[in-house]
Amino acid sequence: MQRKRKLGRGVAVVGAGMSKFAMFRDKDSKDLFALAFRELLASVDKGVDPHDIDALYLGNFSNDFFMHQGHWGPIISDLIGFTPKPATRTEGACASSALAFREGVFAIASGFYDIVLVGGVEEMSKRSTEEVAEGLALATVPYEGRVGFTFPGVFGALATAYFAKYGATREHLMDVTIKSHSNAPLNPKAQFPFSIRDMMNTKAESAKKKGIPIPQWEDEKSFLRDPRANPVVAWPMHLYDCCPISDGAACMLLVAEELARDFTDNPLYVIGIGQGSGKGLHAAENLTSMEATKYAADEAYGMSGLKPEDIQFSEVHDCFSIAELIHIEDLGFFKPGQGYKAVAEGLTRLDGPMPINTSGGLKCKGHPVGATGIGQLFEVWKQLRGEAGERQVLKKDLRIGAAHNLGGTGGTCTFVILERR
Amino acid sequence: MEERPFSDISYDQYLKEERLMGSRCKECGALFVPPRSICVKCYGSEMEWVEMKGKGTLAAFTCITVAPPFMIAQGFDRKHPYCSGVVELEEGARVDARIEGVDASKPEDIKMGMPLKVKFLHWGEGENQETFLAFQPA
Repeated sequence: MQRKRKLGRGVAVVGAGMSKFAMFRDKDSKDLFALAFRELLASVDKGVDPHDIDALYLGNFSNDFFMHQGHWGPIISDLIGFTPKPATRTEGACASSALAFREGVFAIASGFYDIVLVGGVEEMSKRSTEEVAEGLALATVPYEGRVGFTFPGVFGALATAYFAKYGATREHLMDVTIKSHSNAPLNPKAQFPFSIRDMMNTKAESAKKKGIPIPQWEDEKSFLRDPRANPVVAWPMHLYDCCPISDGAACMLLVAEELARDFTDNPLYVIGIGQGSGKGLHAAENLTSMEATKYAADEAYGMSGLKPEDIQFSEVHDCFSIAELIHIEDLGFFKPGQGYKAVAEGLTRLDGPMPINTSGGLKCKGHPVGATGIGQLFEVWKQLRGEAGERQVLKKDLRIGAAHNLGGTGGTCTFVILERR
Repeated sequence: MEERPFSDISYDQYLKEERLMGSRCKECGALFVPPRSICVKCYGSEMEWVEMKGKGTLAAFTCITVAPPFMIAQGFDRKHPYCSGVVELEEGARVDARIEGVDASKPEDIKMGMPLKVKFLHWGEGENQETFLAFQPA
């Protein structure tokens, strides 16, 4: 049993910035973080003097491997003129920046600092797909990697277990993909800002131009069933079940609750924050659930006093389509084995009762792994402040949003609940 | 009986000798494959080695076409996929393993729950030889 968690003092988010997520040939980690940081400075309604910021916490998973450069805390600190103030790098695979966010919250809650910058950055696209697969597989558990499991492979195996237990099929994974791609065109920062229908039209036009036979697909699912359009990566994970390789950066400004109104009249408050760790796939008690997600959710719900039904929308770590199904169940939004039915019924659409991944999710927004956790919270920030533009959730009195971030194959999971008061 | 430490290094050494070994807590009887030196059930301090019979069933699997470099070196690629899976052993523990003797290009034909038996895949020569745990249809 967990003891009920609480912060020593309240913490608020008063600014946020994010680079576009994409494969950049002409921008490196520093360039991307600079974009996010500039946007953050402009986002603080009443302004912030960067000299007043006490410390930096920075999430980065694997620039050591991808870029042959480690020790990114001081590199980014220097970039934004923070030296000699402290910079701490956090690593939790794809949840690296959610850990930076959490450490920043604790640093303020403890009373040690008042104003903290938290962020994340990752640069992945300058390597081949196979090299990226190898790099990401560093975050599987050792027994998985040794017998050939890649990241998509582990999630593919989870999918076979989910199918066998609940009767879901590949068609249900397609529902997740089609839903995420329907949100993506509304997000100007998304790596793939198009719907599956848009992609079908693009492919048909390209065939027409080349003078080759124009492919005929009845609907989105017939496109996704076509192995030429949607080849297998790690069965049953196909190309459109997998998030892309991305570069990007995101950051947020955290302050002690009593200072929040000095920076903005529209702050968000950290009312729930949870983190869990998990074993490898082979040792898991349940192959269709992640213990780390459930533990993180229990911590965050317990701290906030909220229940899953109180969350009005959520970003959920959909590195692979099956992950979204498993996590919307583990987070309590839907009962075990009901997630795939909920998605098929449209309940998680932007206009549904429980919008999931309004940003387009990792699948469409992109997944620069070390930047993703704060990238997800950036979406919650935009939605709760009514700044999400065309993808704004149109619920009355939108006050509570959440973000779930996963690292590795379930080794690290976090869940953060933000509130607008 | 066996004096080897309950470690991943010992687990790999046993695989080279074509033995699938786990550790069992002498106090509470919990079984761990691969072995653990700490019983995470009761935190008892005494472990013993136990050899698995090498029989199990397929609990989850995937057929991988986008392979990491070390698997490409073993001859796998987009046209030659391989199968990896989770095997539930007769003794109750689950292990990650390569799944051999199935057609990884026809995953629809691979049956969940199918009975499997252990196979030890040796790769490389001399001191560099590695052994990978695999299972094949029984």
